[in-house]
Amino acid sequence: MMVPEQEIQWIAAVTAAACALPGVFLVLRRMSLMSDAISHSILLGIVLAFFVTENIASPLLIAAAAATGVLTVTLVEALHRTRRVKEDAAIGLVFPALFSLGVILISRYAGSVHLDVDAVLLGELAFAPFNRWVVGGTDLGPRTLWVMIAVLVLNAAFIIAFYKELKLTTFDAALAGALGFAPGLIHYAFMTLVSVTAVGAFDAVGSVLVVALMIAPPSAAYLLTDRLPRMIMLSVAIGVASALAGYWMSYLFDVSIAGSMATMTGVAFGIVFLLAPERGLLALARRRARNRWEFAQTMLAIHLLNHEASPAEAHENCESHLHEHLRWEPGFARAVVRRAQGAGLVSRAGEDHLSLTEAGRAVARETVAA
Amino acid sequence: MISDLFTDYTLRTVALGAAALGAVSGSLGSFAVLRKQSLLGDAISHAALPGIALAFLLTGSKAPLVLVLGAAIAGWIGTLLVMRVVGTTRIKEDSALGIILSVFFGFGLVLLTAIQKRPDASQAGLDRFLFGQAATLLHRDVIMIAALGAVALGVAALFWKEFKLLAFDPDFGASLGFPMRTVDVLLTSVLVISIVIGLQTVGVVLMSAMVVAPAAAARQWTDRTGGMVGLAGGFGAVAGVAGAVISSLAQHVPTGPTIVLCLTVIVVVSLALAPNRGLAWDWVRQVRNRRRLHMEAVLSDLYELATRHGGRQHGHAAAALEVMHPGARHELGELESRGWAHRTGADEWAITPEGAREAERRTGGGEEVDG
Repeated sequence: MMVPEQEIQWIAAVTAAACALPGVFLVLRRMSLMSDAISHSILLGIVLAFFVTENIASPLLIAAAAATGVLTVTLVEALHRTRRVKEDAAIGLVFPALFSLGVILISRYAGSVHLDVDAVLLGELAFAPFNRWVVGGTDLGPRTLWVMIAVLVLNAAFIIAFYKELKLTTFDAALAGALGFAPGLIHYAFMTLVSVTAVGAFDAVGSVLVVALMIAPPSAAYLLTDRLPRMIMLSVAIGVASALAGYWMSYLFDVSIAGSMATMTGVAFGIVFLLAPERGLLALARRRARNRWEFAQTMLAIHLLNHEASPAEAHENCESHLHEHLRWEPGFARAVVRRAQGAGLVSRAGEDHLSLTEAGRAVARETVAA
Repeated sequence: MISDLFTDYTLRTVALGAAALGAVSGSLGSFAVLRKQSLLGDAISHAALPGIALAFLLTGSKAPLVLVLGAAIAGWIGTLLVMRVVGTTRIKEDSALGIILSVFFGFGLVLLTAIQKRPDASQAGLDRFLFGQAATLLHRDVIMIAALGAVALGVAALFWKEFKLLAFDPDFGASLGFPMRTVDVLLTSVLVISIVIGLQTVGVVLMSAMVVAPAAAARQWTDRTGGMVGLAGGFGAVAGVAGAVISSLAQHVPTGPTIVLCLTVIVVVSLALAPNRGLAWDWVRQVRNRRRLHMEAVLSDLYELATRHGGRQHGHAAAALEVMHPGARHELGELESRGWAHRTGADEWAITPEGAREAERRTGGGEEVDG
């Protein structure tokens, strides 16, 4: 028997993992915002099914919501195919309409029952442990936890079973079609999976934050690796870590759990964005700086080589002359010379006079020849 | 109800505010839609939420200008981050938008719950920014919407040519010596303004529809930028007034969703019925073409029959034609009314000389029909 705090953390972690799996392919297929659209419009399906069943726990709600998710995708694509609007505008037209309809139906007719807009939009993980799954008198734990475990297993099973198909349709849809993989079928199956995931997670973290869990961890992972299996693993790890960190943040500051989880996925992405070893901002800046110095050293070597053993050498090959010839500020010129000395390309012959070493001559010749 | 618009002070305030923001966000949204940045509005409006909360936390004031300023700064930072992430990494725009909108929104929720927990805070009312509540619009809010909106529209009018270049051919603009990056920043700022002034009325969740839908509808009616911007402004204003008034009159109906549904109606009508681009006309054209092809096929059948079997005077059973082209009987009536076929018996038909000429003209052939 777990205490509620532990249960909430389990739900958070499982939800994050379940969202990260389809999220990887959404990011790679450039369909990230479809998650935004689906997670909003499923509200309409939930509301309509609720009106029919009048039971908030009915499995029909999940089915109807998932169907609305797929309907959203279909509508967006149909609208785009009319060639009257661009795809981004099609997304921006479809989901606000469906979502608005859902919100109005709730506010008008479901005001008295347990279905309110804030909970749907924002989720309330804190209450999840109160909704138990009891079978034959035995308490098996929070219902949400079991739903998310089922979704996680479903997602993992789908990705394992159709790994090859998903990979091929994601990276080369044309080739996949030519090989007879039915990219359309895979696409809709995958979109159904995204919808089901969104419905399950919706209850726990709310619609907008489904987007955070689906998109931010895979985007971070995308900056860390070029290999798909590793990207999937990293996405799950980053998602789970962010979810748990989010839980603790909300615990410490006594604020919204779902909001904190989303914030933490953002923090995780921000850290990777800055520090990723190859593609982070810092690595980019460092690479750019190194290139600049290397370029300057090569320039210096070529300059020295050009005037070596010429009558003008005494005049040209001086540190103080670089300003005039290469338009380098004296400070920059001094720094370049120091680095070139350090790299063993140049040696000082006297106070101001510079001469190339063998290595420096080789670098200059190689560059000029290329 | 309509007369209430002129007599009821609250309703008039609400309607004026909604009209002003609909006009501004609709017309300026045209540029976003033309630049395929429809969903940037979604990111900006969601990103504005923490700005609103922070502005309140820092100043303790709920003055509209303070909150809108906070929203604008946060929306701006969100947009800059999207551009930065897309510009420096291999992350695509859709993912960058998704991250910014959800993370900023999540952080906004964190701040809102923190504000709620403060013992002193009279936070009530900040959560109306989620879905909007037009009924809370006051006179001063409307003045602010109108003033900021006028500034945004003024900037757009002043840099009309530059904005058009940016929307259609930024490279050409750059080659003409326009500082296109500055223009981009300027247009984004104008878009941010047009979004944040609507947050109180429409809410952060649905404000993006105010940017996308009027422009998408207006695009169907015209091919000219000026026309599109003006029409989108008009659509936005109409939907704004309709939605705000409906939600003010009905109980428990948030304004944002109501305005969005009004906009959706406008979009659907425009997509279906706009001259030239309307889908209904496409359908009519298709039906007409199909019928013409069908009629021509029956005419050519008759012509063939006349050529091979017994000449023009010889009647042919409609049943035979029906076998060659299902539905031929219907077309025969059409041919008769044009004088291209005539009845020779109970259910027998033959081609007329005019019909034969027509068939020859259409096939381009000069085949001789022996009489």
